[in-house]
Amino acid sequence: MSLISAPITYLDHAATTPMVPEAIAAMNATMLEGGNPSSLHASGRRARRRVEEARELVAQRVGARPSEIVFMSGGTEADNLAVKGLYWARHHADPARRRILASAVEHHALLDPLTWLEKAEGAVADLIEVDASCRLDVDALRAALERDPSDVALISCMWANNEVGTVQPLSEVVALAAEHGIPVHSDAVQALGHAPVDFADSGLDAMTLSSHKLGGPTGVGALVVRRELDAVPLLHGGGQERDLRSGTLNTAAITAFAAAVDVAVTRRDEESRRLEALRERLVAGVRTAVPDAVVNGAGEPGPTHRLPHVAHVTFPGCEGDSLLMLLDAQGIECSTGSACSAGVPQASHVLIAMGMDELAARGSLRFSLGWTSTEADVDRLLAALPSVHERARAAAKAGRR
Amino acid sequence: MRYLDAAATTPVRREVLEAMWPFLTGEFGNPSSHHGLGDSAARALEGARRDVAAALGGRPGEIVWTSGGTEADNLAIKGLALSRPRGRHIVTSSIEHPAVLEACDYLARLHGFRVDRLEVDASGIVDVAQAERLIGPETTLVSVMLANNEIGTLQPVAAIAEIAHREGALAHTDAVQAVGSVPVDAAALGVDALSLSGHKLGAPKGSGALWVRRGLALEPLVHGGGQERGRRSGTENVAAAIGLAAALSLAVEVTPGGPRPRGPVEALALARDGFVRDVLAGADGAILTGDPVRRLPGHASFCFPGTSGEAVLLGLEQDHGIVCSSGSACAAGSDEPSGVLLALGIDPEVARTAVRFTAASPADLDGVAAAVVEAVRGVRSLGD
Repeated sequence: MSLISAPITYLDHAATTPMVPEAIAAMNATMLEGGNPSSLHASGRRARRRVEEARELVAQRVGARPSEIVFMSGGTEADNLAVKGLYWARHHADPARRRILASAVEHHALLDPLTWLEKAEGAVADLIEVDASCRLDVDALRAALERDPSDVALISCMWANNEVGTVQPLSEVVALAAEHGIPVHSDAVQALGHAPVDFADSGLDAMTLSSHKLGGPTGVGALVVRRELDAVPLLHGGGQERDLRSGTLNTAAITAFAAAVDVAVTRRDEESRRLEALRERLVAGVRTAVPDAVVNGAGEPGPTHRLPHVAHVTFPGCEGDSLLMLLDAQGIECSTGSACSAGVPQASHVLIAMGMDELAARGSLRFSLGWTSTEADVDRLLAALPSVHERARAAAKAGRR
Repeated sequence: MRYLDAAATTPVRREVLEAMWPFLTGEFGNPSSHHGLGDSAARALEGARRDVAAALGGRPGEIVWTSGGTEADNLAIKGLALSRPRGRHIVTSSIEHPAVLEACDYLARLHGFRVDRLEVDASGIVDVAQAERLIGPETTLVSVMLANNEIGTLQPVAAIAEIAHREGALAHTDAVQAVGSVPVDAAALGVDALSLSGHKLGAPKGSGALWVRRGLALEPLVHGGGQERGRRSGTENVAAAIGLAAALSLAVEVTPGGPRPRGPVEALALARDGFVRDVLAGADGAILTGDPVRRLPGHASFCFPGTSGEAVLLGLEQDHGIVCSSGSACAAGSDEPSGVLLALGIDPEVARTAVRFTAASPADLDGVAAAVVEAVRGVRSLGD
């Protein structure tokens, strides 16, 4: 059976990517087995074994200990637990700690809990600026931290940005935080499988993973969190996952997630080279078709600079939404930014933080590649682009008159 | 193997997996994406929402997808209480699922709520007169489950909801164990919110929903991309939603008189009654926990004084291939006697001998009583 039945050119893998066959097989097998991993009888024990094997596999592939993996319903829940759970624990232990430092280009799953904590609980969010390539300004972080390290509850900085693919200087962030004993969380949702993600090596205290961005099913993810770290849970109940996340363990999804992590990490080197080459072909072709197109984010390739599978491009004089619709009409699917804010007519906070003006920000598209992407996909985009671009530019001109 | 632990979890039904399959493979789009694959995922999600709403007697806009029953309970209790704290008073029962009790405790510990737990009588039915006394103008929310997971007792939720509303409080019910086994009509029950879990119904784990009455404010637990109209952020789990809708459609029939279970619930209750009778007659001193009549149709729970519940379970599994449990799966492995059984006034030593059988069909119970009697006798003879 073909995974993609319609003649669709899917260039939106950063929004979600189809499941890899290994994950589908794992899910299919486990789902029909049944069993509640908390039950003591044989089917319960078998379900528990599946979960624990998955935990060990994920831990091994991301450089963590099995006991540091807390399974939950996805990246958004993991980000929420990291921000709120760590904030509550640190703030309750020391009420002076009410400040959270985070990059200005975090995903909404990180920013929105921050805003909520400010509004509902009197926390203070200090958003640290980035440069034009979307890289965190470490000096600004240092200044914000050293203004008063005793009131900082935690620092959160994503591993790599989901819209433009820029990799953040995490080791510098971690070193800075360590000087003051402040825990650091990182959203590694877009990075895992595309950058060398190793929890122990990173020095992080907590890290968010999502399954459906790397070839596993939707509805599962994990917070990797050091055991010594206190966090107040978001979901209370049966006390699963060391009381950090109650709810019946989603055995089939967890098993499939682990299979996808295994595939993504073990094939990363080879797959990154392949995607980097595809990206290079895409970017070169876009520049030929539209000479004034601007490729955003870090220029230099390599795992400390940018992700290999994301190409974010500004088309001056065009509306991103028009480009998106015209491409979609030809069966080419991409995005104007993250899927969560897609269709919302406001400019991306990431691009604005990079110093882009609102008009340019709105004239941007994100192309993101994945395991099903081929040269033919890129070539179909490149073949369609000249006429799509011309029509979008004409429409924008007409709109401005 | 005879699986009699349907209250803990049920295997995914093949029809459900088949309904989900396209969304695990070719139709993998993110419903928030604005292109063909995203749009078709969004359409499928809305279709599932309509089906789930209809099966619960609600409207599509009243369904919030969650990752399961625990999240639905947490969202209902924290979300309703925090968005409208009123006098910071919550009334619940002493036999709720931990997802409800622990969520209430959290509100007490960190948000200054006062929590009262309604007592139950010896058969596990909440004290409505006490509810009348406790629920007042300060009360924020009342949460009483529709059917208990450990003893199967059905609760007078409509009466409780009426008292709550009379005093201006909101009412929530955890219907995780009830949906598909007894008629559940959210509107007719008069509650404001109702929790549902997929994996008790033949849908996968990780699927669930909260029905919440139109127009009510709900403080989200998970913030982010603003999915579910801001009530539950996170990429929607389309396949799980489709699975939940398919399982509900198989379990519940929408009739002009409201949603009704499709299964042979009367035959199941009859078979259960026979099973209970035979166990009580054959296993000396056996006690049925919960109400003999007002209980879920496939649910039978006992204490076997003078045994250990664990030993009976082991005997049933090893010698007869019968899989059941001592109570809720969440508490499995714990040495503590069940809080639910203690609330019924059962002695802690007796409560440690609990065994629960939950069947999905009448045939599941064929011949089981004799095996239970034999297992109980076997354990008792070891003890002699």
